Amino acid sequence: MFREIRPAIVLLLVLTAITGVAYPLAMTGIAGALFPAKAQGSLIEKDGKVVGSALIGQEFKEDKYFHGRPSATVAPDPNDSTKTVSAPYNAANSGGSNLGPTSKALADRLKEDVDKLRSENPNAAVPVDLVTTSASGLDPDISPEAAEFQVPRVAKARNMPQDAVKQIVAANVQGRLFGLLGEPRVNVLALNLALDRAAAR
Amino acid sequence: MTLIGWIQIILYCAIIVALTKPLGWYMTRVFNGERTFLSPVLRPIEAGIYWISGVDEKREQHWLTYTVAMLLFHVGGFLIIYGVMRLQAVLPFNPAGQGAVAEDLSFNTAISFITNTNWQNYGGESTVSYLVQMVGLTHQNFLSAATGIALAVALIRGFSRASVRTVGNFWVDVTRSTLYVLLPICVLYALFLVSQGMPQTLGDYVEATTLEGAKQTIAVGPVASQVAIKMLGTNGGGFFNANAAHPFENPTALSNFVQMLSIFAIGAALTNVFGRMVGNQRQGWAILSVMGVLFVAGVGITYWAEASGTSTLHALSLTGGNMEGKEVRFGIVASSLFAVITTAASCGAVNAMHDSFTALGGMIPLINMQLGEIIIGGVGAGLYGMLLFVVLAIFVAGLMVGRTPEYVGKKIEAREVKMAMLAILVLPLMYLGWTAVGVVYPAAVASMANAGPHGFTEVLYAFTSATGNNGSAFAGLTGNTFFYNLTLASAMFVGRFFMIVPAMAIAGSLAAKKSIPPSAGTFPTTGGLFVGLVVGVILIIGGLTFFPALALGPIVEQLAMNAGQVF
Repeated sequence: MFREIRPAIVLLLVLTAITGVAYPLAMTGIAGALFPAKAQGSLIEKDGKVVGSALIGQEFKEDKYFHGRPSATVAPDPNDSTKTVSAPYNAANSGGSNLGPTSKALADRLKEDVDKLRSENPNAAVPVDLVTTSASGLDPDISPEAAEFQVPRVAKARNMPQDAVKQIVAANVQGRLFGLLGEPRVNVLALNLALDRAAAR
Repeated sequence: MTLIGWIQIILYCAIIVALTKPLGWYMTRVFNGERTFLSPVLRPIEAGIYWISGVDEKREQHWLTYTVAMLLFHVGGFLIIYGVMRLQAVLPFNPAGQGAVAEDLSFNTAISFITNTNWQNYGGESTVSYLVQMVGLTHQNFLSAATGIALAVALIRGFSRASVRTVGNFWVDVTRSTLYVLLPICVLYALFLVSQGMPQTLGDYVEATTLEGAKQTIAVGPVASQVAIKMLGTNGGGFFNANAAHPFENPTALSNFVQMLSIFAIGAALTNVFGRMVGNQRQGWAILSVMGVLFVAGVGITYWAEASGTSTLHALSLTGGNMEGKEVRFGIVASSLFAVITTAASCGAVNAMHDSFTALGGMIPLINMQLGEIIIGGVGAGLYGMLLFVVLAIFVAGLMVGRTPEYVGKKIEAREVKMAMLAILVLPLMYLGWTAVGVVYPAAVASMANAGPHGFTEVLYAFTSATGNNGSAFAGLTGNTFFYNLTLASAMFVGRFFMIVPAMAIAGSLAAKKSIPPSAGTFPTTGGLFVGLVVGVILIIGGLTFFPALALGPIVEQLAMNAGQVF
């Protein structure tokens, strides 16, 4: 049995060096050379400043922008480090609401959000993804129906015809991969950037 | 449920079946020590590793030596993880300036990673440095997976060899698993993941100014290299807190599909390795069929439950299924499928929050783990877990016809059955026993996030996941407390090693037996009758053990939900 002790130590250190140091560092080097923008996090710059990542949702509250899904992410409470406070789209602390199907807190939150959206656009059914929080709290996407639902508000805030806004939405819908995998969706940040560009013209 | 949803599920199953044979062929060659197409590159490295660590690759080990070597290896792995977590504040690769991780959390995480559980009481981007992610977590992702494969191969050798005292050399098996199987796949896989948008950088967290002028700190890191092995090795511990739901940890529908494939690939291929090594590939296909029957049934139920939604959603006329805790790019079907896969295997990565699943939709992941994660299962662990059930099923069949049971040419006798029962019974002792404590001990009760039966399910899920070395969670439960850090660690430890040691004892005892040729009285173990028998034994043993606990949790919650009750 004693002769197993040397391999237990040396082999562990060698394999740690290979899999825990050489492998991640080599992948960082190769990925940085092959896919530099993606390896850094698909960052989007506007006028030389980073405005976000193409893959990470951000909070939109103004009427002139399309809104993403509700986010349940939190941040440490500045006044009491043992507690947390709501901090939507906190990209340094991802997470979901973890409220279960029979949660009263969830039922109350859903009702409040649905009522608010119905008063904003009484003519369409409220899409489920627009009132439910995502798993990561950083979902960059909404469904095409959820974008469609917000068109009247955005068009009004921007003094644009609804059809023009609808066209921009349609141009930003991503379908299923090979018509099969995933779900149709609209990247909210990309859509809002496209709107700003259209407005600037 | 939609047609396109079912097509995705069928496509998934078809690709897994198609991968089983070629990967099984390759892995069989690796573990028989034969040449492969990677040998010209890897053989010199392999020989160098044996030389420097003093391993004689020709010398085989008795099952007890093999097991002791495995345990020694894990003691070292534990010390490395615990050490770098405690010391991360003064070590390099810490751009976010994370402080030392607390003692109980470091202990829990170290146990979690050496047991291939990868339960996340730590917060990923908010708790640990890049160094911990690489040297502590990425490396142990490889080694706990390589260990699982090695143990499965040793057990297979127990069946395939006759009248010998040895089951292989642990050091050789672990090195070959790492070098020839895990590492080459991970290199290609990690690059694919980066091509889908997954970050791979050692740079600082990014400070962005959003379109509305708010500040957003975006956590990045060497994500892809860790995610590749996290999925392939059925580890499941996320780089980020939200795991595979985080857009950086699973950017596209394609990355999601490939991640799901990689969870099952090696586990499925090991059934083929088993078939090849015992000299009849149909023995492997029969085992894969048992797994397939249970898997498809689970997918069907969870997909149906999630697509049906909840009473709360229906009351507000919200259609489209239960999207709380799910990502738009995956939708209902890919989230449901992922949840069943990750718990059937002992992966535990999640692309949706299981805590927010419907009662029945969340019950299937729970059942998958309580059955012992034998539906494909963890790399290696799934196969040896399933073989324990096969031993029992064969024993039951032998009782029915009054003959000494045999399986692939080996007599199954009292010692094997006792060891199999020990390994199978220790699991419910852990998860039911600790759950009983967790729902009455006041400090533990305070950790529940949801009230009513759902809170009970959170506790049951946590201990089931820890015991099964899964690592997924009903994540509302606050696990990072002194009570949970210690009790979950004990469940993970017992769930892993109290299953491994009896399984290895069976390997040793079988290897020493003579091989007997099949006769007219031998129960055929490649047909539908055998598959049905094993499925039946699994469901009966499982059902008798945990049905009462399920009745208190998801089942009563479903009834309450149908009655429109909230808590």
